[in-house]
Amino acid sequence: MQKSLHLDPNKCTGCLQCEMACAWENYRSFTVAKSRIKVFTFHREGRFVPYTCTQCDEAWCMTACPVDAIRLDPETGAKIVLEPTCVGCKVCTIACPFGTINYVAQTGKVQKCDLCGGAPACAKACPTGAITYVDSDWTGFGKMRQWAGKTDTNPATV
Amino acid sequence: MAWTKNVLRVNLETGSCTTEPLNLAWAQDYLGQRGLATKYLVSEIDPKVDPFSPKNKLIFVTGPLTGTMAATGGRYSVVTKGPLTGAIACSNSGGYFGAELKFAGWDMVIFEGASPKPVYLLIQDGKAELVDAAHLWGKTVWETEEMLKRFHQDPQIRVAAIGRAGENRVLYAGIVNDLHRAAGRSGVGAVMGSKNLKAVAVRGTRTDAYTMADPEAFMRATEAGKQVLAANGVTGQGLPTYGTQVLMNVINELGALPTRNHRDIQFEGAQAISGEAMHTKRPTDGKANLVTNGACFGCTIACGRISRMDPSHFSIQDKPQYQGASGGVEYEAAWALGAANGVSDLETLTYANFLCNEDGFDPISFGATVGAAMELYELGLLTKEQVGFELPFGSTEAMVKLAELTARGEGFGKEIGLGSKRLCAKYGRPELSMTVKGQEFPAYDGRGLQGMGLAYATSNRGACHLRGYMVSPEVLGIPVKMEPQATEGKPAMLKAFQDLTAVVDSSGLCLFTTFAWGLSDIQPQIQAACEGDWSEERLLLVGERIWNLEREFNLAAGLTGKDDTLPPRLLKEPAKTGPQKGAVSKLPQMLPEYYRVRGWTPEGVPTAETRTRLGV
Repeated sequence: MQKSLHLDPNKCTGCLQCEMACAWENYRSFTVAKSRIKVFTFHREGRFVPYTCTQCDEAWCMTACPVDAIRLDPETGAKIVLEPTCVGCKVCTIACPFGTINYVAQTGKVQKCDLCGGAPACAKACPTGAITYVDSDWTGFGKMRQWAGKTDTNPATV
Repeated sequence: MAWTKNVLRVNLETGSCTTEPLNLAWAQDYLGQRGLATKYLVSEIDPKVDPFSPKNKLIFVTGPLTGTMAATGGRYSVVTKGPLTGAIACSNSGGYFGAELKFAGWDMVIFEGASPKPVYLLIQDGKAELVDAAHLWGKTVWETEEMLKRFHQDPQIRVAAIGRAGENRVLYAGIVNDLHRAAGRSGVGAVMGSKNLKAVAVRGTRTDAYTMADPEAFMRATEAGKQVLAANGVTGQGLPTYGTQVLMNVINELGALPTRNHRDIQFEGAQAISGEAMHTKRPTDGKANLVTNGACFGCTIACGRISRMDPSHFSIQDKPQYQGASGGVEYEAAWALGAANGVSDLETLTYANFLCNEDGFDPISFGATVGAAMELYELGLLTKEQVGFELPFGSTEAMVKLAELTARGEGFGKEIGLGSKRLCAKYGRPELSMTVKGQEFPAYDGRGLQGMGLAYATSNRGACHLRGYMVSPEVLGIPVKMEPQATEGKPAMLKAFQDLTAVVDSSGLCLFTTFAWGLSDIQPQIQAACEGDWSEERLLLVGERIWNLEREFNLAAGLTGKDDTLPPRLLKEPAKTGPQKGAVSKLPQMLPEYYRVRGWTPEGVPTAETRTRLGV
């Protein structure tokens, strides 16, 4: 079964534990500037929104890469960057409609979410359940359940 | 090493920014943040210095757990000699700024001298420079942050700034970071203003600035800590749902909610300004005041309040800038802006709180000073002509006007900006100032909670609930239940709380974790992060050392044991209503015992033996 990161902004408090967990996973550092998942604060709306790569099936980044440095991980469905192959041309960062693949000056390569090989550190670190790792086919399950709960199970009989 | 080992020294007079190595021997004795910066300050300034003199210094400081995955590991402090009290000032803030400073590679920034013209400090990792701030002077904190991000084309910069209150030297001006988190108390923002320093803008991207001593043990210890916070009723349920406002009804029912400048001890409007009220839909627009809760950096509690006002409220009808969501009232602010002066309109409180954030002033001292002014007005010692408008207890209009005038230093706001001690003295009734060492009380009455009275009297930064939170044992039963009116055992309990608090404030963690965490939860996290042996015993010794160092500074600054007291109202006027009816503070019964357990003389001076034991 393939799994996907499921992001629920309504549960996010903006604590950035996810960003630290991501940076720790990849850099052994808590520096959130290196995180591949970002939490955005919309202050005037009072909203916190975590955002990262959705692992598109036909991934723009993968298609655009001139050196074939972005590959599909068949196990997880993640599109992963092969660092030794990446030449840092940044074409993928232009191709991605969501901005979720970015250049890292420190390495001269690009980076994106790779689902941590199937055990995403961000989801593990999230204290509120705003980030979960769920069945890819059922990312709508929670919402369906919520609406199902509103169904009138005792309708007035005619 | 959990410290970056780098100190940035900024000479505002010459404009130089230099790097020096952190004194690691001091870090072993004082841990970080509050303790370590106090050690630097005490070693570098004359305790008798005028707080607004260029010879005073201002230190921004992080702790070893700041910028780590430890729950709440994002705190920083600002340490200086305070203008409100003339004592040591140390104000602690959350938000994201502190962690960013650490990511940039700095444990501490020491500002010395005063700049000849307005400047801000820009830190981009290892690079630091002072930049002309002429265009920012006169702007609010909110405007300043937006302008800096736009100018530098970097929305990820974190900003700590003063508003007009700091520029105009409101004696309780604070420093606000991330729009609504504040190093709020004791006037640290006024010192920043006196140095012509408008803001510190920082961007930190280094991955090599610091490391955990034992990374695996650190991740285990912090994970265990998070589970304790999640399972605890206060940190797992009460604080996320109601914020610190969970206390409003509790403290009122207990009869310990100071009301109308401490004339009363219960507030009939408490329910209307409570955490529960923030959740209740307004009749006007059908929406609740509270939009959501929010966390500071790394915090798994998330007690922060994000509020949106009723757009039809009289205070903001033509002011779209206040119609969006922003930092809502927490308990101390709701009390100070509400009960302390008899105002029971939640929307008015929220507006005043927005202004405190926007222009950088402490809602506790501001609200309490308004309460004192209202009492002077009702006694006929202040007139409508002097104030410019009527100033009775409970006036929402007066609260709104004074919140608008104070930071700008306009009209009667200029006098409110002096704080209640100077205000009451000016109008001939110094005893009406509800302060200790010149700093206003927070939201617990020292008659209703005897331990809190002792905590206020002995706090090193003037009246404060964050130096030894005796509410924990006296109300919440943490770690043991103590009856509010009892005195027995409280001096020793207070000493333990003060020492533990000094440790937490020096670590990078938030004090609110201690609703759930004991030292045995905190110690493994510090041990795994920091080089050296950090046993519980040693940590408590560090806390006691910090407390005594602060005390020595205050004594050298000219304070004495005589300043460890409470206003006559608390010592002589019995509580009028409620479960604590008839109570006065029993401070005289507790203070000598407190001095004894501290190892101080009957005059409140550390004995030679205590000094030697602690190495202060």
